[in-house]
Amino acid sequence: MSKTITLMKRELAGYFATPVAYVFLVIFLLLSGILTFYVGNFYENGQADLQAMFAFQPWLYLFLIPAISMRLWAEERKSGTIELLMTLPVSLGQAVLAKFIAAWLFAGIALALTFPFWITVNFLGSPDNGVILASYLGSFLMAGGFLAIGSCVSASTKNQVIAFVIGVAISFMFVMAGYPAVLNFIKAIPGSGQTLVDAVSSLSFLTHFYAITTGVIDVRDLVYFGSLIGCFLFANAALVELKKAD
Amino acid sequence: MIEIHKLTKRFGLFTAVDDISFSVQKGTVLGFLGPNGAGKSTTMKMITGFLSPTSGSAKVCGHDVESEPIAAKSRLGYLPEGAPLYPDMTPRAFLGFIAELRGMAGDRRARIEEVVAKINLQSVLDVPIEHLSKGYKRRVGIAQAILHDPEVLVLDEPTDGLDPNQKHEVRALIRSMARDKVVILSTHILEEVEALCTRTIIISNGKLVVDCSPAELAAKSRYHNAVSLRVPSSQSERIAKTLGAMEQIAKLETVPGNQGRDTLVAFPRNGASIAADIGAKARDERWEIDELRVEAGRLDEVFRTLTGATSPSAL
Repeated sequence: MSKTITLMKRELAGYFATPVAYVFLVIFLLLSGILTFYVGNFYENGQADLQAMFAFQPWLYLFLIPAISMRLWAEERKSGTIELLMTLPVSLGQAVLAKFIAAWLFAGIALALTFPFWITVNFLGSPDNGVILASYLGSFLMAGGFLAIGSCVSASTKNQVIAFVIGVAISFMFVMAGYPAVLNFIKAIPGSGQTLVDAVSSLSFLTHFYAITTGVIDVRDLVYFGSLIGCFLFANAALVELKKAD
Repeated sequence: MIEIHKLTKRFGLFTAVDDISFSVQKGTVLGFLGPNGAGKSTTMKMITGFLSPTSGSAKVCGHDVESEPIAAKSRLGYLPEGAPLYPDMTPRAFLGFIAELRGMAGDRRARIEEVVAKINLQSVLDVPIEHLSKGYKRRVGIAQAILHDPEVLVLDEPTDGLDPNQKHEVRALIRSMARDKVVILSTHILEEVEALCTRTIIISNGKLVVDCSPAELAAKSRYHNAVSLRVPSSQSERIAKTLGAMEQIAKLETVPGNQGRDTLVAFPRNGASIAADIGAKARDERWEIDELRVEAGRLDEVFRTLTGATSPSAL
């Protein structure tokens, strides 16, 4: 456990050792603001909630999260430090977990820095803070899902650009699976029943994320994100083991 | 302390390491020699647990690297080829990180200070590793390998790319630690083997070709016990004729030199010692000899003979 924490601390410090972290945080907050206030019509809605912000987060994450996760393993493999890491007395599981948690905490920091929005909405009206808290939890879980996918992809290549592009592509499928256009398209296929639509929809980040942002924390949504993260991290470990010598 | 049993590694159809077995005792500095791509690094990667062998096993201090990786890895210090390090960290932060991961008991800071002093890193402790020169990077790599005072030290080309002073320092460091450890190092530099190693293993095409001491290796050279004489060119023909007539001498080579001096190399029959006979002859005939030297053997020549036949690229 303490080794996982040591690895995690180094990884997290690594984000802040370069301008990457600051660039990311500024861009994330800037885009969140633009999407919430201009595209999301926060003021015109006349509602004391943060739906305008959370509604766009899957799309923001789609492009920004793979930028956090792309370096996790690709960089270690490129620079050869993976040989150093894997010959230290740490297990593969500890290394995979530590890197993932560090990236997740970093995403959490970015998310937490949106607190001025929360203060604003409380200043302007009296929102249901329970719903907002649930939405933050959902957003954090979804970020974990994106990160697990990105981390897994990062382990499969030495090239960070490839890790980014493939990470976005796979994440895109997980987001789109719940989009009405896709679901209507599946519904329109002759012979497809509600079961297929539900199956595809249940794989989607959107379905589970929006369910949580209504303020209802359903165990099924938690299990979904938990098992998604678990599956991708397991694949991540397998990929590291398989490809580390290349 | 290290037992390698029938270690084999295949990548697809290519056999990188082919059925290598050996064991190493405490106090040994073992030099891995071999042409590029012979399988030295792959063997080291299997000993350190980075790669899993296709078959066979490696044990470090009684712990199998495959079945008890953490126990084996905690007893190892490893400098991978090219000394990869985290460029954004300073040596101080990096060594602190390694010390924590190694779960080192006692005063970590004091131990880091000690190692840093030993390999002269004080002046760059707070400079990010990416800004360090190659020599300093290599030293940081060595520092992390010896930080926990491991029983087994595996160094993949520890002096590669260092200047002669740095090479000398690294060798002195390795020698100073060797007494109560096992040190395995790979190198291309044959003088390093003579200067440092108590045992050499030559690997060629993944196979173990030779396993002996550097002196025994040198004895395999055709230059072993050969005598070379530096004589004035004016006399060299006469001396060569006399030497050629001696029955102990199998073959004589004349190397024309500069400054009016030639070098004669007399090869003995069956590697016998002929220096005394030649010396006596020189006294009797009053040769003007600048230099008379008995050759121990030339490692580069042995190396080429042992690895060249199977891998011409090594020449």
